[in-house]
Amino acid sequence: MDLMKKVPVREQDPKERATNFKEVCLGYDIEEATAEASRCLGCKNAKCIEGCPVSINIPGFIGHLKNGEVKEAFDVISESSALPAICGRVCPQESQCEGKCIRGIKGEAISIGKLERFTADWAKANGVKPQPAKTNLSKKVAVIGSGPAGLTCAGDLAKLGYKVTIFEALHEAGGVLVYGIPEFRLPKEAVVKKEIENVKALGVEIETNTIIGKSVTIDELFEEGFEAVFIGSGAGLPKFMGIPGEQANGVFSANEYLTRSNLMKAFDEESNTPIMRGKKVAVVGGGNVAMDAARTALRLGAETHIVYRRSEEELPARVEEVHHAKEEGVIFDLLTNPTEILTNEDGWVNGIKCIKMALGEPDASGRRRPEPVEGSEFVIDVDMVIMSLGTSPNPLISSTTEGLDINKRGCIVADESLGSTSKEGVFAGGDAVTGAATVILAMGAGKAAAKGIHEYLSNK
Amino acid sequence: MYKILKDQMLTDNIYLMEIEAPRVAGNCLPGQFIILRADEDGERIPLTICDYSRENGTVTIVFQIVGAGTQILSNLKAGDSVHDFVGPLGKPSELTELPLDELKEKKILFVAGGVGTAPVYPQVKWLKEQGVDADVIIGARTKGLIILEDMMKEVAGNVYVTTDDGSYGDHGNVTDAIRKLYAEGKSYDVCVAIGPMIMMKFACLCTKELGLPTIVSLNPIMVDGTGMCGACRVTVGDEVKFACVDGPEFDGHKVDFDQAMKRQQIYKTAEGRAFLKAKEGDTHHGGCGNCGGDK
Repeated sequence: MDLMKKVPVREQDPKERATNFKEVCLGYDIEEATAEASRCLGCKNAKCIEGCPVSINIPGFIGHLKNGEVKEAFDVISESSALPAICGRVCPQESQCEGKCIRGIKGEAISIGKLERFTADWAKANGVKPQPAKTNLSKKVAVIGSGPAGLTCAGDLAKLGYKVTIFEALHEAGGVLVYGIPEFRLPKEAVVKKEIENVKALGVEIETNTIIGKSVTIDELFEEGFEAVFIGSGAGLPKFMGIPGEQANGVFSANEYLTRSNLMKAFDEESNTPIMRGKKVAVVGGGNVAMDAARTALRLGAETHIVYRRSEEELPARVEEVHHAKEEGVIFDLLTNPTEILTNEDGWVNGIKCIKMALGEPDASGRRRPEPVEGSEFVIDVDMVIMSLGTSPNPLISSTTEGLDINKRGCIVADESLGSTSKEGVFAGGDAVTGAATVILAMGAGKAAAKGIHEYLSNK
Repeated sequence: MYKILKDQMLTDNIYLMEIEAPRVAGNCLPGQFIILRADEDGERIPLTICDYSRENGTVTIVFQIVGAGTQILSNLKAGDSVHDFVGPLGKPSELTELPLDELKEKKILFVAGGVGTAPVYPQVKWLKEQGVDADVIIGARTKGLIILEDMMKEVAGNVYVTTDDGSYGDHGNVTDAIRKLYAEGKSYDVCVAIGPMIMMKFACLCTKELGLPTIVSLNPIMVDGTGMCGACRVTVGDEVKFACVDGPEFDGHKVDFDQAMKRQQIYKTAEGRAFLKAKEGDTHHGGCGNCGGDK
């Protein structure tokens, strides 16, 4: 084999998968995983660990895989991560662990994500579970939100022996892992539910249908006997552009569209939850959520366009998602910005008016600022528009918790290394602090806060 | 799971249920709503709170069968449970936030249309507890659709019943009833109108003419109810609001009702099909235009 090249991973054929919701990537088998692992240099000063927000001992677990010791590899990962089957699928490895891989300087980086995924899937198939705490601390900790930040924080605290209860606003645990990321990228029954079961097996309790700030406040949680609270409530309210026609029938936020399809299973004909099946759909935005919405619309039978105001280079989505979307037939209308949504006499969308953009000088984000090209307006005939422009923080918690500081953008202010906030005993992390980001960054913040909470409660 | 303690059929297709939900009962106020799912695969159904007991930890809801979800819910009985029940959602009625001495000065008129009588009830009851007697117009298409009249009479000042077909109470719609009260020399400081969108629209046109500030409670399509999906957005004045977190109550004279009514149609066809499937169950044999059963 060529040591400079990754062992290719098997995927569903693009034509076939464009019509179903089954997982795109099929993952490695044990021979492939062992072969890929054998490419790892096992660096003593491993740069890949620095690139991992939860600091998994990557050469450690890959070292076991080289010898076919998958259980041992799983134990190494479990020391640092409660959600390896999820991370192996959705982390932006190219800019994290794999981006730092020494093998990647001259050849292709080790497929760390695919190896992590293989290890976690093997553990599930073989009934291997993470070990619960040996010590038992009587202190109670409340975790708000059961997404990646909350699950990680809860898992780490439970392993230290704390009694942890997660409060979830929706009827099902998982946060963005269940309502946001589609089945074809992250299977719900086979992967997400199993991984949440593992967190529960550590002793974590999950109370669904409880909205902190409405059903109960943070101050009331302290009265109920919780000694520390972690806020991992996620991103919040979808943004719209503020252009004419945006309230028309057939304009949806990506959050609504994906929640209907993922959480409420509207992609399945058997579900009672309705979803609009457009014939020609424009998805406005270029992030991972936009790719997820576009690929969902495509699978529901639409000709699908991504409309993004910058160029391909600036697309914030993972490289793999853009690649998969293109393979499946999503059309990219780049350097294009909507100015108006057109409707028929009954108020339904029948077009989106756009203007061509050109890149100017770099802006505050360091990316070249897109500027409209005068007189370049044109119309794309579509019957449905999905707005995927990011989110602004949900004020439900900050507005009902006295003494909890937020910044100008409405995000909760929290210490990066320990998650502590302006309010004693309250910690925070994930999208509620950073604004919309990635699963693994939220997990990193959950992990940091678990450390912060442990320090705080140990000294109390 | 949330236990149903009481179920009652109010009309042919309007039902009342009292449900055990201590966290909601402990924190809710008039004007707020809940979301429930009848079973494991159920839809998320938003319903305005009709009554609550902090002591017993219970919340009362009233619903009309309008689709598959409510059809399935109506089959449940006392002793059964609903799978999910979350709340309280939305902001409480503005009236609950007024200083008491200011509130006591106010002459308040409620206009309740059909099943909208249910969310009016807790507001009138709450006012009674604060020592304020409000007047209430209950309107419906026909006698059989008038609900909660006796309960309302216990907590309201005057109750005026009106039906479109004249089968009960006065003959006419709620705007006729409002005008009649004004013609008799009555006047009010604030009106709260809750009912079908079309009723609220015309009630607002009428009260605007009369110079009577009016609050309405909107029930748009929503999914999560916490601000996340944005399905419930409505135009109020020149602003776009999310009914679930900014409402559900808004200044009725500023709401774009025509847009709100259009937006309620988004899933009508799909909902109709699902309703037919839920209602007919195994006996469903086509006619929905979707399943191919009639081919």
